[in-house]
Amino acid sequence: MNVAICGYGAGNVRSVEIAFRRLDVEITADVGSADLAVLPGVGSARAAMEGLRERGHDLALRERFDEGRPIFGICLGLQLALDWTEEDGGVDGLGLVPGRSTRLQEGRVPRMGWADVDERGAFYFAHSYAAETPHATAWSEGVVAEARFGSFLGCQFHPEKSGVLGATYLEEALSLSRV
Amino acid sequence: MKFQGLRDVGDPVELGAAYSDAGADELVFLDIKATLGDRPTLIELVRRVAERLAIPFTVGGGVRSADDAERLLQAGADKVGVNSAALARPELITELAERLGSQAVVVAIDAERGRVRSHAGTVSANRDATAWAREAEQRGAGEILLTSIDADGTREGYDLELTAAVAGAVRVPVIASGGAGNASHVADALGIAQAALLASILHENPQRLASLREEVRELGVPVR
Repeated sequence: MNVAICGYGAGNVRSVEIAFRRLDVEITADVGSADLAVLPGVGSARAAMEGLRERGHDLALRERFDEGRPIFGICLGLQLALDWTEEDGGVDGLGLVPGRSTRLQEGRVPRMGWADVDERGAFYFAHSYAAETPHATAWSEGVVAEARFGSFLGCQFHPEKSGVLGATYLEEALSLSRV
Repeated sequence: MKFQGLRDVGDPVELGAAYSDAGADELVFLDIKATLGDRPTLIELVRRVAERLAIPFTVGGGVRSADDAERLLQAGADKVGVNSAALARPELITELAERLGSQAVVVAIDAERGRVRSHAGTVSANRDATAWAREAEQRGAGEILLTSIDADGTREGYDLELTAAVAGAVRVPVIASGGAGNASHVADALGIAQAALLASILHENPQRLASLREEVRELGVPVR
């Protein structure tokens, strides 16, 4: 089982790598052919989209999606899969999942820390924007925590920083791509 | 104790892993001598600790540029802490936020009697803590790590007045730090701040964290 992590030149993808390696998964650079492609969640939208385009990951991900092959987005990775995000003055996303991402209006922003996701327990969040999509499948304090559409699964929290529950969640994400 | 007489409490890698196992929500490493000695932060240490963690990891100490911060993140840190360098050059905060995202930028503020001090508390920064916290937020800080020098190491409780003043002045999350002695101190701090940092009371006995968390839970404060 191999996993490609779509870097876009900024931030820490090492936590994601470490988490997947712990699950006995090989990390590959080939986004097109990997069993699972992961869109990690660091940095900000404009730079991330530019980074994805520069590396051709946007096309590779679109192709995977059209072929029904699994993609897993984390935090910003979920937001980038949508049509558009309000971040950085407005940035077009990959358009894989209908919906958009808008800035959080309530509470402390960025929304940082552990919060319950439905009845599943607490996961770690670190975000200023959140998804608005008809394809949401889990919520946390009124914020979309997970969305699924086609072969895309995305979560707003960071499973690689969510301890044991997070590791279990990553295993579930992997098992989807074994189908 | 009040930023003087700092003790060496053991192997950071083993300590970090122990805290993670004991249920810590996050781990913070502050190499507070880094500014004084003008040393770069220990990248290799960060790498070794990150290998053992599945919780958020914040690292600070001597970070002076977005490149310094990027190196820490590439080594495995999730967030970077800045303190003295941000006071000397506040534009640094914005540079970090633009490169890494605000959620990866923690501005650490050390305050004595409401006034900011830098360089591990040895230098007066000639600024009001609340005003500096507001400015840090405006410049792009994602979190404020507020340490009360007055309370630090006393184990008599966090500086709730200082913490409330800063928490009330900003919309970003505030982490209270300095003075924790027992679960009720932590519970009080969590009523005002979004997180509570513990250090000296745990380093002698990391496993104490698990029972402390349970005590805080029993006091009615939601704890994971």
